[in-house]
Amino acid sequence: MRRPPVGWFTGSLVRATSLTDSARSLTFSVPGWPGNLAGQHVDLRLTASDGYQATRSYSIASVGPDTDVELAVERLPDGEVSPFLVDDLEVGDSVELRGPLGGWFVWRPEHPEPVQLIAGGSGVVPLLAMTRAHTDARSTVPMQLLYSLRTPEDALYRDELQQRSSTTPTTWHYTRTVPPGWTRAAGRLTPDDLRSATLPPERGPLTFVCGPTGFVETVARGLIDLGHQPDSIRTERFGGI
Amino acid sequence: MQHLDGNVLAGPASELFPSEPTTTRGQCLSCSDIATLAQAMVYGAPMGYVVRCRGCDGVLVVITEHDGQTTVNMHSLRLLSEL
Amino acid sequence: MAIFGGRRRNDNPNLPPGQHLTESFPVLSAGPTPSISADDWEFSIRTEGGDIHRWSWQELLALPAEDVTVDIHCVTSWSKLGTGWRGVSLDTLFADVDTGLDYVMAHSYGGYTTNLPLEEVLEGRAWIAYEYDGEPLDPEHGGPARLLVPHLYFWKSAKWVRGLVMQDDDYPGFWEENGYHLHGDPWREERYA
Repeated sequence: MRRPPVGWFTGSLVRATSLTDSARSLTFSVPGWPGNLAGQHVDLRLTASDGYQATRSYSIASVGPDTDVELAVERLPDGEVSPFLVDDLEVGDSVELRGPLGGWFVWRPEHPEPVQLIAGGSGVVPLLAMTRAHTDARSTVPMQLLYSLRTPEDALYRDELQQRSSTTPTTWHYTRTVPPGWTRAAGRLTPDDLRSATLPPERGPLTFVCGPTGFVETVARGLIDLGHQPDSIRTERFGGI
Repeated sequence: MQHLDGNVLAGPASELFPSEPTTTRGQCLSCSDIATLAQAMVYGAPMGYVVRCRGCDGVLVVITEHDGQTTVNMHSLRLLSEL
Repeated sequence: MAIFGGRRRNDNPNLPPGQHLTESFPVLSAGPTPSISADDWEFSIRTEGGDIHRWSWQELLALPAEDVTVDIHCVTSWSKLGTGWRGVSLDTLFADVDTGLDYVMAHSYGGYTTNLPLEEVLEGRAWIAYEYDGEPLDPEHGGPARLLVPHLYFWKSAKWVRGLVMQDDDYPGFWEENGYHLHGDPWREERYA
């Protein structure tokens, strides 16, 4: 796939909202940004006054040709960059962004297959972008999300996902604490959960899985055990540094 | 830190690959597996990116960055053109 | 305006330039964690004459051990001060090794390598360590046993070490082949070649 040139851009923070106690949505105005596909990411670079630089990758929550780019960042306890972005960065501040990046973990409206999205924790961000792209394109391709998270308080974009439930329904799965009245006890995703909450292999879905490494590998193995073709599963792992 | 996958190479490899790195296909010279770079496993961050075959764990390529310079050291990877 | 400072680099005299303190123990590996049982574990030193000195796990544990408390410095800029290890000094392991060569290549289970001058792993400066903080060394930190060379950047302290091979020159190991410094002294900031 030929791609437009990838370069470093300056992004100025124009909007910031708290998503949870530990996560924040950051929207940057990025002059010259060529737009992005659903599922792509950026490398974000910060430079200290002594020249020291730190670069991290973040998924893009927004989608389309706009030059406003929305990221959702979760604070990592031992992190160097994420606590600064979540707790300190102010509207008007600038960062450097390289992108848009990636072409494999990407959903395009012209894909004909039904789509199963499976998120672990903040791995929901690129998958949220795919539901946004599905809505923007008024796509009629079936798309659904299985969202595994620790507690109800950890949910990112809950309202938005629920508003979209008639076109891209979400199945919520809690691993540590469930909401009151929830019938399924808290616990890890099991093969039975995967079977009951995802599109079966007979429907030939394209499945996107994003989350921490252990989550992604467990889910991908589970999907193959259910009979999915390995090449129909696209995975993206993230880790904290 | 646990390993990542080849999606993370999109930025670091962008200056050295003529097309999108993560959809570039390659063949492992140890076990002959063919996959996109996105499907490879990536160890060693933040010292560098040690890209290993998803099938046999063999080192395919090592990418390091410092002082704005990116180095791609091919170990056991045959790059394939687009289909 | 928010000012990015990066991790606090402070003026602790025990911190080499460009380093910051960490309380955790970050994990950095060039490959998957190999699983080696004590029964299968073996450590060897190979010399230019083809002589191979071997130790089984039981033989290693039977050698005189030392408890050492040292500072460790990762090239990715974290340092950890006062870490406690138990292991066998390389002076003990080299006692009966006859070599005229000045360099060694450390080899690990899983294929990792790193190069060192022989004189820098002798005279009480390097160990084969099998305990950390009073506990058996965790596999993700290099267990059952790792090389410990605390006066050099920590990539020189090869995890899952399985042997040393004498070499006639300072040929590069894994990271050294990929742009990192052949020597790696943190006080001289020998990070990159």
